[in-house]
Amino acid sequence: MEFGVVELSRLQFAATAMFHFLFVPLTLGLSVIVAIMETVYVMTDRPIWRQMTKFWGTLFGINFAIGVATGVTMEFQFGMNWAYYSHYVGDIFGAPLAIEGLMAFFLEATFVGLWFFGWEKLSKRQHLVVGWLVALGSNFSALWILIANGWMQFPVGAEFNPISMRMEMLNFFDVVFNPVAQAKFVHTVSAGYVTASVFVLGVSAWYLLRGRHVDLARRSIAVASAFGLASALSVVVLGDESGYSAGVNQKMKMAAIEAMWETEPAPASFTVFGWPDQQARETKWAIHVPYVMGIIGTRSLTQEIPGIYELEREAEARVRNGIIAYDLLMQMQDQRGTGVDPALVAQFREHGDDLGHALLLKRYLDDPRQATEAQIQQAAMDTVPTVWPIFWAFRIMAGLGFCFIATMAYFFWRASFRRMSFPRWSLRLGVIMIPAPWIAAEMGWIVAEYGRQPWTVAEVLPTALSVSHLSVAEVALTLCGFFLLYSALFVVEMGLMFKYIRKGPHEDVEYTRAWVERHEALLTAGAEVRK
Amino acid sequence: MILFELVPFEFLRVVWWLLLGVLLIAFALTDGFDMGTGALLPFVARTDTERRVVINTIGPVWEGNQVWFILGGGAIFAAWPPLYAVSFSGFYLAMFLILVALILRPVGFKYRSKRDDPAWRNFWDWALFVGGALPALLFGVAVGNVLLGVPFHLTPDLMPIYEGGLFGKLFGLLRPFALLCGIVSLSMLIMHGAGWLVLKTTGEIQSRARAFGQTAALIVLAGYALAGLWLAFGISGYAFVTEPPHDGPSNPLLSEVTRSGSWLAAYALRPWIIIAPVMGFVGTFMARRALSTGGEVSPLLWSKMAIFGMISSVGLVMFPFILPSSTEPNSSLTVWDASSSHLTLFVMLVVGLIFLPIIMAYTAWVYRVLWGKVTPEDVEDPERHAY
Repeated sequence: MEFGVVELSRLQFAATAMFHFLFVPLTLGLSVIVAIMETVYVMTDRPIWRQMTKFWGTLFGINFAIGVATGVTMEFQFGMNWAYYSHYVGDIFGAPLAIEGLMAFFLEATFVGLWFFGWEKLSKRQHLVVGWLVALGSNFSALWILIANGWMQFPVGAEFNPISMRMEMLNFFDVVFNPVAQAKFVHTVSAGYVTASVFVLGVSAWYLLRGRHVDLARRSIAVASAFGLASALSVVVLGDESGYSAGVNQKMKMAAIEAMWETEPAPASFTVFGWPDQQARETKWAIHVPYVMGIIGTRSLTQEIPGIYELEREAEARVRNGIIAYDLLMQMQDQRGTGVDPALVAQFREHGDDLGHALLLKRYLDDPRQATEAQIQQAAMDTVPTVWPIFWAFRIMAGLGFCFIATMAYFFWRASFRRMSFPRWSLRLGVIMIPAPWIAAEMGWIVAEYGRQPWTVAEVLPTALSVSHLSVAEVALTLCGFFLLYSALFVVEMGLMFKYIRKGPHEDVEYTRAWVERHEALLTAGAEVRK
Repeated sequence: MILFELVPFEFLRVVWWLLLGVLLIAFALTDGFDMGTGALLPFVARTDTERRVVINTIGPVWEGNQVWFILGGGAIFAAWPPLYAVSFSGFYLAMFLILVALILRPVGFKYRSKRDDPAWRNFWDWALFVGGALPALLFGVAVGNVLLGVPFHLTPDLMPIYEGGLFGKLFGLLRPFALLCGIVSLSMLIMHGAGWLVLKTTGEIQSRARAFGQTAALIVLAGYALAGLWLAFGISGYAFVTEPPHDGPSNPLLSEVTRSGSWLAAYALRPWIIIAPVMGFVGTFMARRALSTGGEVSPLLWSKMAIFGMISSVGLVMFPFILPSSTEPNSSLTVWDASSSHLTLFVMLVVGLIFLPIIMAYTAWVYRVLWGKVTPEDVEDPERHAY
């Protein structure tokens, strides 16, 4: 593989996005878990729940800081490394990003500071509301970034404008209520909840194994397993929902997940195991389960799921049609100063949907109209992503999803019906499970984003065309820079996490009681001053 | 979706040009004092307790303040996509440096006091210094370059091409006039940070902040005046030869632009805009006076006025230009040909009108709750501080 600007830019984006995504799921879930714990504290007034809130809150804070720091990069990288993308789809893609800032970032960032600094300045109830607002903000942020991402997967509600040479928004509500975006949102948010639940459960299990902070650890497991079980079920069920929308809207991604080269008669079988061979275009050693794929992908027993060959043939026809669209576009460009002939515009509307496929040829030559037969074939072949990473990433993710359900169900049962007694083997398992949700989340990212290749915006704009006009040296330099900076951050973050987990909660019951009295005295004094 | 056509495209473009200014100013007013405080940290606070006092003054608010910057990026993306594409890819390495600085900041705040080792703490103090001073300087350098014009052009497909080699692009930004603008913006934010520290601290820290703030204000006065003279006599502005229709499609190549006259010709065309530089000068002058005569709240208020005036003055003299091209003026981005579509601008305006007041309301509430001085005793008490 040759490392040009396109490959380096992709590598940088993947590295920074996947690194950012190490912190996001935990933030999403932990914000809610901490808010739940604080709710119990406010309702019951029992000191242990305040200790839990503060302890998990500290870990949340360490994780939140680095999530925010790496998120800044994400907001600006589109313009830095993907300038043509930014120009071409900014009219649609920019809007959810800006709304994310208005609706989500301000909410979480403004209140997270108050949450940590405001224990003495706020009443108990006010402080609780602040905690829930932080959680709400984090979750809104996931909503809007996934609406933006959903549009890249399934670009609805927009149309190409030949004068401004870009996609422009036709219907805002189509963009917001994009079915792919909605399914992705619920799936991703639930995955975040599972991540935090496994984390809380694993750390608590470690305390129990050592016989430390037993009260805190048991209660934490009770909260985490209940919340985690509900979320793990929702991840898998709603993951199935995203599977369905991928089947309807992203056929090539679906075929790659399944490594399905030929169209199978309905209902298609599901390949549990196999080795996809891109060169030979077959899946070796495949083990099939009949019917399952057809049901996931189409919700029916009669509909066919198209295979990779068939989709590639369709793509070839679209490349040819796209060349006609490109030709019309060039004619319109010549008339831009003087006013475009409406007949030309009408003709363009007919072929315009395939313009993106003609742009695939830009990798090989400047003017797609001059493409040779071989180049057209090559462009059609480019629409097939490399199958094995997608095939395997999906299987690892889905397999782990079922493991989470089983683990959470077991702990929930012990917590609810066996008086919170946990056998040592299960506690060890809880500790070992800690990294698993991160692996699942990163695999999910690979399925969704690597599976979208060769497009940045599916069937609209190829990745190779989306990059900025930069030199290899520039991108290589920042890639190294990010690598060094992020590695250092990672070491620091992990060091602090381990330090604070080893240290455990810093309060005991006496301390908390004393604090509560002081706090109440302060509030009454404050109220009297105001009178 | 016919509703949006009731609001003229031309009007929406002007409103979004104003909102761009509002966001930049809000960023400078809020995160500005965080950056100024960061830049002052190693100098106004000598002992560890003093440094923790300084850090804890901005501790609860910097996160919300920084969102103005992120929102600025998002809003440029949504409302002015060509500007987002051209400027961020053109200023590539400079943007990278800003990102590094901004990444060091949150991490520095959170992690500095989590270990007792003095070398660890000292390292993060300097990281916070860089995280405050470097962006403050580079934002000014960027504004200076925008006034001078930037070497880029657009292909017929509207792909932005920025001229210059690897380091040519980065060091090409450091032109003398741009550096002067950088110094003005750095001093401006140091003055602002000093105003904040006067409000939030007492004793030694406060009196050191007063001294640094006064010096910074003097540099701002001299630098801003010098930049004005330079613009009047040494730098040519940009003007349309053929102006594009104000409600036409966004394609910068459809208009013809030339370098001629001076940016300051705008004062002859729209005399009322003189109010902006007047606010800049008066605000800085009064901030300096308030710092020396012992005002507690007034230095911050006057420096707010100064920042408002100075940033507005740049936007107002350039209108309708947003990012002129020095090598191919026809590619210059202007209010009339570099915006999003009519519908997108309308949708974003509606969303902005709903959320900006809500944001301002809860931000104000948070500042009210946190009102009051941060003292060394607070820093000793684990219930009253977090950093």
